[in-house]
Amino acid sequence: MTETETKSFQIRDLANPTRFLALLDKIMLPLLILTIIALGVGLYMALFVSPDDYQQGSTVKIMYIHVPAAWLAMFAYTMMTVSALGTLVWKHPLADVSAKAAAPLGAAFSFVCLTTGSFWGKPMWGTWWVWDARLTSMLILLIIYLGLIALWHAIEDPLKAGKAVAILTLVGFIIIPIIKFSVDWWSTLHQPATVFTLDGPKMDNSMLIPLLVMAGAFTLLFTVLHFKAMKNEILRRRIRSMQMQAARQVASGNRAAASSVAQR
Amino acid sequence: MSAMGALFVRDLKLSVRIGGGALMGVLFFLIVVTIFPFAVGPDLNLLSRIGPAILWIGALLATLLSLDRLFQADQEDGTLDLLLLGEHPLELVVLVKCAAQWISTGLPLVIATPLLSLFLNIEPVGIAAVTATLMVGTPALTLIGAVGAALTVILRRGGLLLSILILPLTIPVLIFGVSAALGAVTDPAPFDTPFYILCGLSLLYLVIGPVAAAAALRSAQE
Repeated sequence: MTETETKSFQIRDLANPTRFLALLDKIMLPLLILTIIALGVGLYMALFVSPDDYQQGSTVKIMYIHVPAAWLAMFAYTMMTVSALGTLVWKHPLADVSAKAAAPLGAAFSFVCLTTGSFWGKPMWGTWWVWDARLTSMLILLIIYLGLIALWHAIEDPLKAGKAVAILTLVGFIIIPIIKFSVDWWSTLHQPATVFTLDGPKMDNSMLIPLLVMAGAFTLLFTVLHFKAMKNEILRRRIRSMQMQAARQVASGNRAAASSVAQR
Repeated sequence: MSAMGALFVRDLKLSVRIGGGALMGVLFFLIVVTIFPFAVGPDLNLLSRIGPAILWIGALLATLLSLDRLFQADQEDGTLDLLLLGEHPLELVVLVKCAAQWISTGLPLVIATPLLSLFLNIEPVGIAAVTATLMVGTPALTLIGAVGAALTVILRRGGLLLSILILPLTIPVLIFGVSAALGAVTDPAPFDTPFYILCGLSLLYLVIGPVAAAAALRSAQE
């Protein structure tokens, strides 16, 4: 391979689904192994190494699932927004595949965040659910994910569906911060941000490090699942176009047979 | 008459004629408000406390349910294709159609609000506040709903999906509309602050709505 050819391997080349699939097959196994290791180390540190909270006891360990899930739920939406720009602005052929693959993952992570949150809320606040700002905005985010998935399933043509979803994703990206702000204004009980503050993390390292390891592991898990889902979607579209081609051939075959009968 | 003026008048005329359903929204609003006391009980104190919320929910649902035909009728008879091919920017077309839609379905809701407020035992200041918030807020609902109407224009049964897609995006309008209306009657809570934010939201949706709806219509007609 000459130098220009090596150089020319850009994001653009990933637009070719076959090349993208070939690349995925190459990196999938290492990525999977890395994810399993990270999840193993993170869970071990969270469950056995990190200390109990002096107030909350061992229930604080729910945090190591709950908080990364919340981050990933928001990360998935950012991913979808970038993909939506890819669909509408750059017309990248894999962008809507990526958006479609990310939506169920975002929904799943926000669902995990909500359920672990209510398991945590029951012993701490004495109730499964409160209409607190953060819980409520996460619930709304879940509903928005489900709405986007519903839109994917409502429009048959994947290209049209991709554009419609991309537009709604971008509108959501503008309005979600406003929803978040207005819900915050409406009610607040949940503790404010502890990790990302201007004064640095307000958390002891013995808890912060496992949390960050878990966040890394969840990000890897998201990446693996996202790639897998993208691969499935590409294959599903290929099957769809093959089926349509076959149907067309059958139809034209029938027509040819019918016309030959008519000529006789 | 300019093309946009003609479009505006045409949409208004179509909406008040048979099959247009302009007053159906108000009727729906009336029945929703009437249904609430059956569910929560006829206690006037309770009703006056949650009255603004009931009126806002009713107006929100009435606006959204009347929106699914905003572009669909034009799509079915081919008008939408001509509008797309026309020389006027599609964003402006959407804006004009939204204005006509609001005059025929949103404004009647605002006019009916003082009367329905009496049923809910809201005091005079509260009536004025609810009416003012609905006056400012319902255009925002129509404009953001237009995005949903444009996204679901090619679907045969888009009405339910439209509500699922758009209701989450109306939450800020609902929050600030209701809290401004409540702020006018309950003492420590302010009326001005949420009301101004509501005005700001309406202006924001005035920009987002037509642009996104026009993009959706273009991609649906390709």
